Amino acid sequence: MALSSPASIGGGTSRAMTAGLTGKSFDVKSKMVEAALVLTLAASMLILLVLIVDLLATSWPLWTDRPGDFLTGSLNSANAQSAGVWQGIKGTLMLCLVVMVVAFPLGVACAVYLEEYSSGSRFAKWTRINVRNLAGVPSIVYGLLGLAIFVNAIGGFTGGRTVFAGGLTLAALVLPIVVITTSEALRAVPRPIREGAFGVGATQWEVVKDHVLPAAAPGILTGTVLSLARAAGEAAPILLVGAATGLLRTGNQSFVEQLTGPFTAMPVVIFSYARQPDDAFREATAAASVVLLALVLLMNALAIWLRNRYDRKW
Amino acid sequence: MTESGKPMNIVNENVVGSDSGLQTIASSERTEVDTDTPPFVFETIDLNVYYGDFRAVRDVNLTVAKNEITALIGPSGCGKSTVLRCFDRMNDLIETARVDGRVLYHGLDLYGPDVDAVEVRRRVGMVFQKPNPFPKSIFDNIAYGPRISGMAKKKADLAVIVERSLRKAALWDEVKDRLSSSALGMSGGQQQRLCIARAIAVDPDVLLMDEPCSSLDPIATTRIEELMKEIKDEYTIVIVTHNMQQAARVSDRTAFFSVEVNEQSDARTGILVEADATEKIFSTPADDRTERYVTGRFG
Ligand SMILES: Nc1ncnc2c1ncn2[C@@H]1O[C@H](COP(=O)(O)OP(=O)(O)OP(=O)(O)O)[C@@H](O)[C@H]1O
Ligand SMILES: [Mg+2]
Repeated sequence: MALSSPASIGGGTSRAMTAGLTGKSFDVKSKMVEAALVLTLAASMLILLVLIVDLLATSWPLWTDRPGDFLTGSLNSANAQSAGVWQGIKGTLMLCLVVMVVAFPLGVACAVYLEEYSSGSRFAKWTRINVRNLAGVPSIVYGLLGLAIFVNAIGGFTGGRTVFAGGLTLAALVLPIVVITTSEALRAVPRPIREGAFGVGATQWEVVKDHVLPAAAPGILTGTVLSLARAAGEAAPILLVGAATGLLRTGNQSFVEQLTGPFTAMPVVIFSYARQPDDAFREATAAASVVLLALVLLMNALAIWLRNRYDRKW
Repeated sequence: MTESGKPMNIVNENVVGSDSGLQTIASSERTEVDTDTPPFVFETIDLNVYYGDFRAVRDVNLTVAKNEITALIGPSGCGKSTVLRCFDRMNDLIETARVDGRVLYHGLDLYGPDVDAVEVRRRVGMVFQKPNPFPKSIFDNIAYGPRISGMAKKKADLAVIVERSLRKAALWDEVKDRLSSSALGMSGGQQQRLCIARAIAVDPDVLLMDEPCSSLDPIATTRIEELMKEIKDEYTIVIVTHNMQQAARVSDRTAFFSVEVNEQSDARTGILVEADATEKIFSTPADDRTERYVTGRFG
């Protein structure tokens, strides 16, 4: 066989065989595509950067002047110099807690049923389409739903215009997102893992709880935390449900009393500060936006950390 | 086995589901064929499997005898995996799949109305074409089956089962020091033997193997073939293989499947051409198609 070494083919020298392999050639087209991609990326990063820099610059006097006071002070519609966002932070965290407790188990259960128990059925297909539609419903509509159901219809249970009712409204808002992200995480679990488990005599429930859910956990957790971040940023629905925009009195209530008492949240605080005619409130508005942004970014960071922490290979 | 490969059509409704079903079928068989004919573990009667509207296999009448190795051979797409997956109701997991006809397991219709598929899979283990260990530790991979079936609850009892299964699968010496490390860190051949160990850990009656050696090197292949011969006294084995030498080396009986192409509709349907003692299939098969296939002259 003449194929034993490249140099022997056709009697050519080894230099002839390797010619052109080492020289740098310039591929104009792919360089241009690459440059265009980098530009678009830079443009979108720039927008974010400008936003953050602007917010920080506007609120800078406040942060240097009275950072602790602003973070721990209470909502004040009259005096920009003494306004604080503590009630907004607390309200947002409590809303997130309600969303977490309600939407997470419900959404995961729905997704497990749709994907694992009835995946091929007409009912499941129909439901899946509708869940996608629900995820696209504008948040203000969820606000109306919350007002009609959680505030009025079952007001006796939720206490009316309360954190609880607001949390339930936001839970309804993110439920479709939790269902969709969980479904995707479940569907990404390779079929052979299921077959292996069924093959040793596992029941449907054992397959789900011992194999499918653990394998899908990183995806489910990430999706849930991201949907929490979405809930934390919503203003319209909780405004409709009745978050306080003005002065809010809170004393030393117990947790349950707070849950069923009047409330506010960070997006609503920003909204009410922004509406103030007094120019002194510009600083406070920007500072409150920084706080909300920090909260949301923190949640996203948590999601990324969870994904990396529990990422599985198969 | 000297029976002529003709389908057995004894269906005794009275014995189906009873404990004595095995004996009854075996003894009625005795009146027709040799007395030393082993009792059948599986028997398919006019088995048709559809994926949606597509018929994958047609009218398969196949028997699998106890403590024998039965090999299913044939060209790609002829329905070997499809038939194999009927034996442990794995096709239930495919939404579009529909099984028509009967699959008897020791005389009991596996697709009968009150047969529990989970129970079936506990007794009929399966090793898949691609190794599919759970993303868990080596120990947990094997202990999982015994744990859920209630064979053993205590860690010490499970450890005994794990060691026994790994020894049977010729894997113990390689992994005994790293039982708690992830099964995904093993080589492909080790993973496949782990899957075999996992299947035999629940002490099944039958072992179904779908091309278990297709991703293995010759050494691991030899190990698995030796393993099959060793354990066939305890288990009944059905193996799908593309490797003609392997079928000839390990199996007692061989079933040859082929694809039948419909002239008009161009539909490709799998059929069972013949099933017989392995020596006979490889020396003097009854059907031309079998001879062409096993000697490598087809088309
Ligand atoms: N899940 C499925 N959905 C639809 N069609 C399928 C499915 N699984 C198998 N088939 C079809 O059924 C026929 C038989 O497939 P099967 O996998 O049983 O063949 P096989 O003999 O095992 O082939 P191979 O040797 O390549 O593994 C093929 O035509 C295949 O395309
Ligand atoms: Mg196959």
